Amino acid sequence: MIEKSLNPQSREAEFVAFRSGSLEFCINIMSVREIRGWTPATAIPRAPSYIRGVINLRGVVLPIVDLGVRLGLPGTEPTARHVIIVAQVGERAAGLLVDSVSDILSVEDTSIQPTPDVASQLARMFVRGVIAMDGRMISVITMDNVLPAGMDLEAA
Amino acid sequence: MDPMAEIRLTFFQECEEQLTALENGLLSMQEGDSDSETVNAVFRAVHSIKGGAGAFKLNALVSFAHIFETALDRVRSGDLVPDSDAMKLFLRAADALADLVSASRDGGVEVTAPYLAIEEEFNALIGGGGAAAEEDEFAGLEFRPIITAFDEPPSPARNVFTIRFRPLRELFAKANEPLALFRELARLGTLTSACDIKNLPFLDTFEPEDSYLSWELRLETESQRAAVKEVFDFVEGDCDLAIELAQPATATPPPQEMDITAILRKVREEAPAIAAAAAAAAPQPEADAAPKAAKAAVQPTIRVDLDRVDRLINLVGELVINQAMLTQRVLHSSHVRDREVTSSLEELERLTREIQESVMAIRAQPVRPLFQRMSRIVREVADATSKDVRLRTEGEATEVDKTVVELLADPLTHMIRNAVDHGLEGPEQRVAAGKPPEGTVKLAAAHRSGRVIIEVSDDGQGINRPRVLQKAIANGLVPPDAQLSDSEIDNLLFLPGFSTASTVSNISGRGVGMDVVKRSIQALGGRISISSAPGQGSTFTLSLPLTLAVLDGIVVTVDEQVFVIPLTAIVETVKHEPSRIHHLGDHSFVLRVRDVLVPLIDVGAELGVRGPTSDLRSGVAILIETANGTRSALLVDNIQDQRQVVIKSLETNYMRVDGIAAATILGDGRVAMILDVDALVGPRHHDWVAAETPLAKAS
Repeated sequence: MIEKSLNPQSREAEFVAFRSGSLEFCINIMSVREIRGWTPATAIPRAPSYIRGVINLRGVVLPIVDLGVRLGLPGTEPTARHVIIVAQVGERAAGLLVDSVSDILSVEDTSIQPTPDVASQLARMFVRGVIAMDGRMISVITMDNVLPAGMDLEAA
Repeated sequence: MDPMAEIRLTFFQECEEQLTALENGLLSMQEGDSDSETVNAVFRAVHSIKGGAGAFKLNALVSFAHIFETALDRVRSGDLVPDSDAMKLFLRAADALADLVSASRDGGVEVTAPYLAIEEEFNALIGGGGAAAEEDEFAGLEFRPIITAFDEPPSPARNVFTIRFRPLRELFAKANEPLALFRELARLGTLTSACDIKNLPFLDTFEPEDSYLSWELRLETESQRAAVKEVFDFVEGDCDLAIELAQPATATPPPQEMDITAILRKVREEAPAIAAAAAAAAPQPEADAAPKAAKAAVQPTIRVDLDRVDRLINLVGELVINQAMLTQRVLHSSHVRDREVTSSLEELERLTREIQESVMAIRAQPVRPLFQRMSRIVREVADATSKDVRLRTEGEATEVDKTVVELLADPLTHMIRNAVDHGLEGPEQRVAAGKPPEGTVKLAAAHRSGRVIIEVSDDGQGINRPRVLQKAIANGLVPPDAQLSDSEIDNLLFLPGFSTASTVSNISGRGVGMDVVKRSIQALGGRISISSAPGQGSTFTLSLPLTLAVLDGIVVTVDEQVFVIPLTAIVETVKHEPSRIHHLGDHSFVLRVRDVLVPLIDVGAELGVRGPTSDLRSGVAILIETANGTRSALLVDNIQDQRQVVIKSLETNYMRVDGIAAATILGDGRVAMILDVDALVGPRHHDWVAAETPLAKAS
């Protein structure tokens, strides 16, 4: 999806913007399946720290990624006001645990700037670019690397 | 999809059905069914394949089908009598046709030597019309007696069963008692027993807890085999058991006084039928009547995408969970204690159960196609080893989940090959041993107590235990001074890399043997056991779950987290007393269960739910048995419930987790992990069997 929006021909794409800690992120709306409130997750044994566990999404076992921890920020202590963004990652689905969803942005892809070099290596794995808008800086998240690396091997 | 490709796909799907019909028909012809309807069905199958293949310009397929069809046409018109050699050729041709069909589907078709050879043989067969015509006359004179049974139900038929029963020490360890079984048998009819004490050792080597006796029982009963077998249901796997029908009921019904009016009535009833049968050109023995009727009643079917069925099954799984949640919530809210509400909820529960069962039944398939594939394997291996083998099948209509059927094909192929290659002797050897030259491999399926039992048995030489033991010692699998019971020796066959064939043939004995079979059966949630009598043959028994969609488990808690342990693995729960726990250092513990020490595994620490602790005084120990028979105890905090859970894959959206078999959704809507008992216990094995066994992983 994001590849498409980086197409030289200027086109508009829609993004769902959300907050995690003090930072703002957004994700292409085409990969978002639904947004739901936080429900307690069941921990998965031997999982990386950023995997909060799994929840029951209408009969499907859905892993939940704590986006903050994944980006190297402090972990979230989820409350009922936290939000899970259910996103499609290739053939799989995963939930992103974030603080809140703020709005839906219509962005021309020419206004997405490349990730600044100052960003950490970790952040560059997930951030495809940044949008500067009304004094806010919003990072465009790509879901490709959000889940554990072992899963890509499984999928291949 | 482009329309032509779609039609092509349909053609190949139909080919599969035609090939099944072809093989079915040929097999019943081989059994002596010379009914014109059967021959016509066989002919039609080949003809349809030829016709379809012509439309797609699959020339190799057309020309092969054509010559096959020509030969069948001669049979149909009565010019050619299908004797046993001709039938073998037809069956081989059917196999070749199946190969050609799949080769055509995948693209590269080449008419190679094997096909040409069969075509040659066909030409010879059709050419030799003169000789066949002579035989034809003979066949026309074939006389089949019509059996009229005068024994009405008031004079019941009695079966005579020979039952060989040898309890293993596990049988006594589980507090079963042969005498009680015999009493139960005696209630079915007249029982005579003979005890075999030849295995009884001298007192100096006598092991008080071992089992040395075996019995040969003769039971004269009105009951069927299933009823006899049922008596042994509880000791299954803990004894060597062979039930043989020594004398079927109908052979010689004991003379009984009969009411003459009943006889007259019966004659009057049967007379028209007998007359009709006599009028028919080819009178059939009565025994054929049943399969005929079954053949005629073919139910109409529809083809449905498997995806749609699976989607339906998922939705119903959801419905079951939702219904459980709803019930829980309504009953917990105190002010709604209305009788009507409660009974409506119960009704809802009953309906959802019923829907779930019906939906599961859609995925259930008879094992017949699987068994038919095995008959081909038997033919191929029999040819390659120049043995005379007949495959007898029983219970082909038994239904199992489609996935189970599919995943059974490989292990079953392997077992059938083994049975023919290793189990059965050559014809000369068999005659020398006083057996018919033709060996028999039996494949039987049945439902028993919520599971599917599949038995592969042969009437060959049985397991050569001294040689197995010698081989195991030579391979370093067993210490040279090991004292092993017969069943322990038999189970050595399941060790990786074990193969007794002294010469490695290309059929079996490549070193990947029964251990692979065992692992694939385990991956299906099944168990395999073996029993063998020297000189009489071996039987492998597979016990499989009916479906891979649900399992029975007990719900336990560990440090506030909920886990499910599959019930099949659980032996018992053990009263937890600190005095029975022994510390081995390095956070290893053993638990004493009736003087046997088993490793005690703290589930919490093992899965990283909590840190390792030396305080194991609280909690419940659950004694489990892994698929390779070793026992361990799992320590959990609490047992909550026993229930059936719907299996949900963790790999769909996440990945495989070591120690976790799958996930499930509980009544409160939360996800719980189902433990993979074998993997949890695996790395801790200390005994020699386990040391050689790599961690069994469901692939």
